[in-house]
Amino acid sequence: MQAKTTILSLPTEEFVHPGTRACTGCGLAIAYRVGLKALGKDTILVVPPSCLTVLQGLFPIASTKLPCLNVTFASTAAAASGILATLKVQGKDNIQVAAWAGDGGTSDIGLQALSGAAERGENFIYFCYDNEGYMNTGVQRSGTTPIGAVTANTPFKGKLQQKKDVPAIMAAHNLSYVAACSAAYPLDLFDKIKKCMDMPGTKYFHIHIPCPPGWGYDARYGIKVGRLAVETGYYDLYEIVNGEFKLTAASEKLVEKRKLVPVREYFRSQSRFKILTDEQIAATQSQIDAKWAKYYKKDE
Amino acid sequence: MHIIENGNVAAALGVKLCHANVIAAYPITPQTPLTEKLSEYVEAGEMKAEYIPVESEHSALAVCIAASSAGARSFTATSANGLLYMHEQVQWAAGARLPLVMCVVNRAVGAPWNVWNDQQDSISQRDTGWIQMYCSDHQQIIDSVIKAYWLAEKVSIPIMVCYDGYILSHTYMPFDVPDQEKVDKFLPPFRPDYALNPETPANLNTVTLPDVRMDVKGELAHGYMEIRYLLHEEMRTSLAVAAEGEKRFADIFGRGGDPYLEPYLCDDAQYVAVGLGSMTYQLRVAVDTLRKEGIKVGVMGVRFYRPFPDEAIAKALKGKKGVIVYEKALSYGYEGALVSDLKSALYEYLAGTGKLPVVQNFIAGIGGRDIKTDDLIQTLRAATQGRVSIQPVWIGLKL
Repeated sequence: MQAKTTILSLPTEEFVHPGTRACTGCGLAIAYRVGLKALGKDTILVVPPSCLTVLQGLFPIASTKLPCLNVTFASTAAAASGILATLKVQGKDNIQVAAWAGDGGTSDIGLQALSGAAERGENFIYFCYDNEGYMNTGVQRSGTTPIGAVTANTPFKGKLQQKKDVPAIMAAHNLSYVAACSAAYPLDLFDKIKKCMDMPGTKYFHIHIPCPPGWGYDARYGIKVGRLAVETGYYDLYEIVNGEFKLTAASEKLVEKRKLVPVREYFRSQSRFKILTDEQIAATQSQIDAKWAKYYKKDE
Repeated sequence: MHIIENGNVAAALGVKLCHANVIAAYPITPQTPLTEKLSEYVEAGEMKAEYIPVESEHSALAVCIAASSAGARSFTATSANGLLYMHEQVQWAAGARLPLVMCVVNRAVGAPWNVWNDQQDSISQRDTGWIQMYCSDHQQIIDSVIKAYWLAEKVSIPIMVCYDGYILSHTYMPFDVPDQEKVDKFLPPFRPDYALNPETPANLNTVTLPDVRMDVKGELAHGYMEIRYLLHEEMRTSLAVAAEGEKRFADIFGRGGDPYLEPYLCDDAQYVAVGLGSMTYQLRVAVDTLRKEGIKVGVMGVRFYRPFPDEAIAKALKGKKGVIVYEKALSYGYEGALVSDLKSALYEYLAGTGKLPVVQNFIAGIGGRDIKTDDLIQTLRAATQGRVSIQPVWIGLKL
C-alpha cells in the first residue's frame, strides 16, 4: 500500500494559475488544484460547461496549464473517448485523459454518454465535482441536490426528492475503481487518483464540493462545512476497488470512533436547509444511523 | 478497379481509402450498412483505425470532434433523426473549425416515423456552418468522400456528403474504386495546425467574449463575432478551393468537371430543371422525353449546396425562360429551401438585365413517396407552358 500523502509531500508544481475566476471560497478550486497535481503534466482534460468553464477563464487567457478540450454539456465522456481513440492510433500510451464535469453534467444531462463510455471500458478518469446543483446558472436543483435543499427552482418547499446516488450507478458498470471524495479532504483525493491511474477501464470519482453562494454559508467556512458532511456521516469517503467497498480517510476513522456528529449541525451550517423541520432532520438522522449501523456491523 | 456494389459500400470504401483513423457511429437506417462495413474493415485489420460503437449520435459526433481536436482524421455517418439528435454537435464542429467528414444517408424525419427517403434531414442543417455536397450516383459518393477530406482539411470546415437513402444507399451500381496510390497522392496525411497535447497545452473552445480581448502578451485575440465571421468568409472562399480540388482530382483520377453543378443538356435549353441528388438523374429521363417532343429542356444537379454557388448558378441560368426546382424537402411555411436560395442568387446577379428566368417549385418524394418519371415529365412539360402556381406544387399528393 502506498504511503499517505501529506501537505509536505504534495508535489509543488502547480497546474492551475493563481487568480482563477472561481468564486471566493470555491471548493472546486481546491479539488481541481490538488487533482491536477495528482494527474500530472501528461494529461489531457475534457470539460463541459460548468463552474469549471468559468474557473478556467475567458478566451484567450486560461488558468489551467494542461491541454483542455471544452465540449458540449452532454458529451463529456464521449469526447474523452475520442481523445483516447486518437492517442491509441498515435501510439501515445503515456497520456492520461481526465474529464471534469459538474453534478448536472454528470448525473443529469451527461449520464448517457458517461454510461456508454463506462460500458465500453474507455480508459480514462471521470471526475464529477458535486456542488449539488446547477450553481453556474444560478443554483437550480440537479439530480444530486439533496432532499430539503432550497434552490432557485425549488424556492419554498426545497427539493422533495432524494439525491441520486451516482457512484452506485457507476459501480453497477463493474468499474475497476469508484471513489467518493470531498474538497475538504484533498489529500484523500490526491492519494485515490494516484492509486487508480494505472487501473484498466473507466475510473469514476465523485467529489463533494462545498459552494458558498449555492449552499449559503460564509466563504471562509467551506472546509468546515465539507468536513461536517463527513463527520456527521451524511456524506461518506470511500472507494470501490474491483467491486470491494471500503471507507477511507476520515470516514474510516469514524467507524473506529463509533461516534457521529449529529446531522443537525451540518444542516444548520447552511441557509439552503433553513426550511428543514425537526421531523425532517430526525428522519435524515435515522437514515444515517441505519447506514452506519451496517458499517459498524461490517467492522465487527 | 470497377466493382458493382451499393452506395453505402461506395462510401465505406472512400473512407477506407482516405485512411480515416477514428470512426464513431450509432446505428440508424439506412446508414447502418455503411458503418457496419467500416467496423468490418477495422476488425479485419484492413483499416488501421479505432471504431467506437457509441451509445448515441450526439456522442458519435462528440467522439469525432474530440478525435479531430487531438489530430485524428475522423468519420461518422447518420440519417434523419440521428442527424437531428446531433444538431448541437453539428454546430459545435463547425464553430471549432474541425475538418470532419460525415455521410448523411438522406431519410425523412419524424414525426410521424418514416424510414424512407427525402432530404429534410440534411436540408434542416443548412445553416450550421458545414459544407454540404450532394451525390447523384455511386461514383460521386466514393469520389465525394475523397474530395471532401481534401477540402475539409484545406479550409478547416466540416463537410456533409449527402446521398439519398435506399435509392443510392441500397441499390447496386458499377463504379470505379480509385487506386490507393492515387488517393494517397491526392490526399496528404492530416496535419492540423494544432492538436491537443501536453507539450504545447492549449484550452480549446473556452468562453469567448462578444468583443476582442487581449492575451497575456497584450495582443488582441478574436472575439466571438470575428471567429464566426471567419467561418462564414472562409466558407465563401472554399468555393474557389473546391474548384482547385476538383481540378487536382481530375488531373490524378481522370474524371470530374464542374465542381458545383452538374448540367445535362443545359447549353441550348430554354427551361432547366434543378435539384439535389439522385432525382436529377431521373429528371434526365424526363428531359430526354420532352426533347423528343421538341421542348428545349435541360436539368442541372446542384452538387454544392453550402457554400451556395450563387454566381455559378446565376451564370448557368442567365437568360433561360424558366427554371423548375424539384425538391425533396422544404422550409415549412414557405417553399423549398433550394428554390429560395436559387431565386435569391438569380435576383442578385440578373435583376434588371431582362435575363431573369421565371422560377417554379415542385415538392416531390416526401417520406419516400414514389416519384414516377411520368409525373416528372408532366410537371416539367406543364411548367414550360406557363406558371403552374405561385406556391410550391406537391407532386402526387392524394388529398
